[in-house]
Amino acid sequence: MLHRSKGKALREALIEWLIRICGISAVIFVFAIFFFVFWEGKGLIFNNKVNINTASIEAITKVEGIDESLASKIVSTRSEIKLEKRLTTEWLLKEDLLDEDTFVLIEPFIKAKEFSFWKFLTTQEWYPASESNPRYGVFALIAGTFSVTLLSMLISVPFGLGSALFISEFCSPKLKETLKIIIELLAAIPSVVWGFIGLTIMNQLIMSIFGAQIGINVLNGAIILALMSVPIIVSIGEDALQAVPDSYREAAIGLGVTRWQMVYKVLIPAAKNGLLAAVLLGIGRAIGETMAVLMATGHAVNNPFDGDFPFLHALESVKTLTATIAAELGETARGSDHYQVLFIVGILLFSITFLVNLTADLVVKGIKNK
Amino acid sequence: MSAENPYAITTKNLDLWYGEFQALEKVSLNIKDGIITGLIGPSGCGKTTFLRCLNRVNERYGNVRTEGTINLLGKNIYDPDVSLIELRKSVGMVFQRPNPLPISVYDNIVFGLRVHSPRSELKRSILDDAVEQSLREVMLWDDLKDNLKEKATDLQLEQQQKLCIARLLPLKPEIILMDEPCSALDVGATTAVEELMLTLAGKYTIVIVTHNMAQARRISHECIFMLLGEIVEHDRTEKIFLNPTNQKTSDYIEGRYG
Repeated sequence: MLHRSKGKALREALIEWLIRICGISAVIFVFAIFFFVFWEGKGLIFNNKVNINTASIEAITKVEGIDESLASKIVSTRSEIKLEKRLTTEWLLKEDLLDEDTFVLIEPFIKAKEFSFWKFLTTQEWYPASESNPRYGVFALIAGTFSVTLLSMLISVPFGLGSALFISEFCSPKLKETLKIIIELLAAIPSVVWGFIGLTIMNQLIMSIFGAQIGINVLNGAIILALMSVPIIVSIGEDALQAVPDSYREAAIGLGVTRWQMVYKVLIPAAKNGLLAAVLLGIGRAIGETMAVLMATGHAVNNPFDGDFPFLHALESVKTLTATIAAELGETARGSDHYQVLFIVGILLFSITFLVNLTADLVVKGIKNK
Repeated sequence: MSAENPYAITTKNLDLWYGEFQALEKVSLNIKDGIITGLIGPSGCGKTTFLRCLNRVNERYGNVRTEGTINLLGKNIYDPDVSLIELRKSVGMVFQRPNPLPISVYDNIVFGLRVHSPRSELKRSILDDAVEQSLREVMLWDDLKDNLKEKATDLQLEQQQKLCIARLLPLKPEIILMDEPCSALDVGATTAVEELMLTLAGKYTIVIVTHNMAQARRISHECIFMLLGEIVEHDRTEKIFLNPTNQKTSDYIEGRYG
């Protein structure tokens, strides 16, 4: 009987298709997210001349000498003119809606400003909710993210790589299994729990040990983030070390090297791509982490870097890109300037983590080496 | 070694267990200095295990337990004051698959020197001399003298295996252990490595594990036949192959089992 029933063949084909859809769903999701984030932020990216500071009736009414009907007239007139013209206030005088004194008072509320991406990146003033003069400078937020990530990496990279080396090369098989399970448990703790630890335990510790005014600051966030990225660094680093052929170890041992010399002279060079990837993925984790950082860093717009030693002031509170989005997006009106700016922050964050992860991927494939 | 002691390696009642499994049983041997001794026997007879005892590399796996003594270089290597590092410097090992490190030819050869010598002795000229001398000794100098910077793992297998022998030499070993050194090589490469072994014999004591009986016959001066962790027969190679004393040996040689 070389014949197979149609029903069986159909079932087989169906299953195959289901599996195929699961496989490519990741691609679809990534593109959909890309599209959505860029779509929401596109107003400011492609139309960056104006659109910032749309005058609201409520804000204008607060100015002396303007009642609600006048305010709504101003707003509706404004909405009828071309975007470019809103950069000045000439249209307001032409319409002859109000006298000279009121004009001066009302000007900051209705004069549109250019949204410059460069200014967005390089200025430190983040006042998105100001009615008269909102300013969107994310430099301090970038500095906040960068400071917490940098400090957390200074803690987690030596710890993570050290423990990967210990687990892979120095400990007994029994201890190895135990340690791996415990490190996986560390990875399973939800980030809000980490944030909670930062807010309560670490906060107290930092205040009593360092005498800081507030315990929720760069150092606190960095320690919490370090604890969160260590499991990633350990498990990927350990995989990288396990992937080094055992023959290299035997070659080195056969030449009479000590265990540390073997690690230092043979294993680390041989596994360097994988170890670097472990570090980069740890960095990616640290940059993208939100809840724990929101709770542990104090959430105050502040650039902790300056020119004086020690350059990074770890006991100052900061606000990060991720925490800003998480905390503010719920408070903004859909489509408003603030909303759109937060999406641009999202795009920025997305680009950074995407770059870090891409680099990690390329490093793993050894492209850097060839 | 010296004239008064013709033996490079002497073992007495060597027992070895992997966990519960006894892999070597009462192995007592005298391996002569300066010749090639072949270890033959069917798979699992303990010949590789025995070889790996001689520089104690088998202790990498945690569940190994040994009893008895191995005397080489005038000392029992299981004495507590023996330094594994010094032991392995004097007893070099060549593995089944060529395993040069993924660094340059040059760096592979001076790897041992760099690890073991004080910094003051690591002058460029000393290292250069060591590289040239070692490569000449394994007959690779003419092939590789212009490619010393090449990555060793990119060489042909034959060259890789010769390089693995060459990198032992700067450490001035007395004994070289070879664990089926030709099993990954083709016929031509096998011949080349065998010729190399014969030139090295006399200067070094060589112990080689081989599955290839013809090879044992071609290159070894003495042969040890092992079965189930025990020594069955140890004699001159011609004697073992032409006129073995033990029935088990002759059956194995004739290919009745194994």
